[in-house]
Amino acid sequence: MFDQITEQLPLFFSYHNLVFILQAAGRTLSMTIIGCSVGFFFGFIIAVIRQSSSRPLLIFRLLSIVYVETFRRIPFLVILFIVLFVIEPLMPGTSLFGIATVSVCLLSTAFLSEVIRSGLESVPAQQIEGARALNFSALQTLVMVVLPQSWKVIIPPAAAFIVMFIKDTSLASQLGVIELTFAGKMLVNRGFSSVLGFGVVLICYFALSYPLSRFAAYLERRLASS
Amino acid sequence: MHHLEIRNLSSAYGSTEVLRDVSLTADKGEVVSLIGPSGSGKSTLLRVLIGLTPPTKGEIIVAGDQIDYHSRKELKALRNRMSIVFQQYNLFQNMTVLRNVTIAPIKTKNRPRVEAEHEALALLEKVGMADKKDAYPEELSGGQQQRVAIARALATNPEILLLDEVTSALDPERVNEVLDTIRALTHEGITMLIVSHEMAFVREVSTRTAMMDDGRIVECGTPVEIFDSPTEARTREFVSKILKH
Repeated sequence: MFDQITEQLPLFFSYHNLVFILQAAGRTLSMTIIGCSVGFFFGFIIAVIRQSSSRPLLIFRLLSIVYVETFRRIPFLVILFIVLFVIEPLMPGTSLFGIATVSVCLLSTAFLSEVIRSGLESVPAQQIEGARALNFSALQTLVMVVLPQSWKVIIPPAAAFIVMFIKDTSLASQLGVIELTFAGKMLVNRGFSSVLGFGVVLICYFALSYPLSRFAAYLERRLASS
Repeated sequence: MHHLEIRNLSSAYGSTEVLRDVSLTADKGEVVSLIGPSGSGKSTLLRVLIGLTPPTKGEIIVAGDQIDYHSRKELKALRNRMSIVFQQYNLFQNMTVLRNVTIAPIKTKNRPRVEAEHEALALLEKVGMADKKDAYPEELSGGQQQRVAIARALATNPEILLLDEVTSALDPERVNEVLDTIRALTHEGITMLIVSHEMAFVREVSTRTAMMDDGRIVECGTPVEIFDSPTEARTREFVSKILKH
């Protein structure tokens, strides 16, 4: 086996293969970053809506609950196929990468909204009452009192979720998106050693997720000390 | 005209009535204390006054204006004239002492920062906390936090100050520093409503004392009347139990 690997090494790390792998890693990373950024944005809005006691928002609160509880319970692979079969006829020509990214957004919004909600709820009610008694508006209370105190509760599980998501995007290979896992499979199909092909894929996943974990740990430390 | 007038006020948590037909007045600069057993509605009364718990019935009149607690605008105007100090201090944990005191004047009264900080420092000086202006609440003792909370409540220049069991969460040896701070305020013309279990203090600083039980005001009079010659059996029982210790 090792003979085979040493023999294939120069061929494997050809310019074309490297570009191919990097592009695939780029797709994995883009799906995660776009998906989780959008997830953070809408997750935040959903978390705030679910927390509010405002009557006009009641209908949105119900919709949010239904959305979050549904999408947290569907496997990612199933979401991928649902999005594929809904978008395909509506917008023919949408790229598989686009479809996979939308799926990531849908799922991460549901999960991150729960992470953010538990962070917002971790702030003691007394803090909010103190703000209300001092005439803070709901927005001022959220921005100046609740959010600064909930970051340290939100960051660790959110980072864990994003790291997990880098891995879960591999399911998009089932749709035919050429991300890291699919790229590995294609290289192995071209005759390269599977240890070599998937070994490089493994290293790429590690290289993507490790810095993120370190960054999250750094944020956590900084937020905890302030 | 009374500075603060409460007429037949009731309030409920769900189906449990916690205030029943409470009527009470306070003239400008008066210090009215509320005593009574836990759960008698003293704290709820203060919470209703500052708009944290909605009233179900009755009227609250401040300096001749009846307050509609369902109107955001009126509630806002009311909170510009009335402040509360909580049992658990409720200082913003993410802000320094100075920021805790300046944030309301700056953000809700649009005061210039320099002016607000100048006044905040004077207030912190008054409560003996100026040297801790850059500390965070978690670095302070309970007594120190409560003194900062008093400075914060005063920063909006309230005409009426509500004090909700402000020494109940403190170590016994920290109680006096907070009571001294409040004692000094009683001569500044601010109308005060004090909920407290510190009977000696209540007796000393109050112009009037109201005894509450089961959501009602049982009896109201001068501290001498309430503590030395209460007319109601419930007051007698409560006062004698407390003073025995």
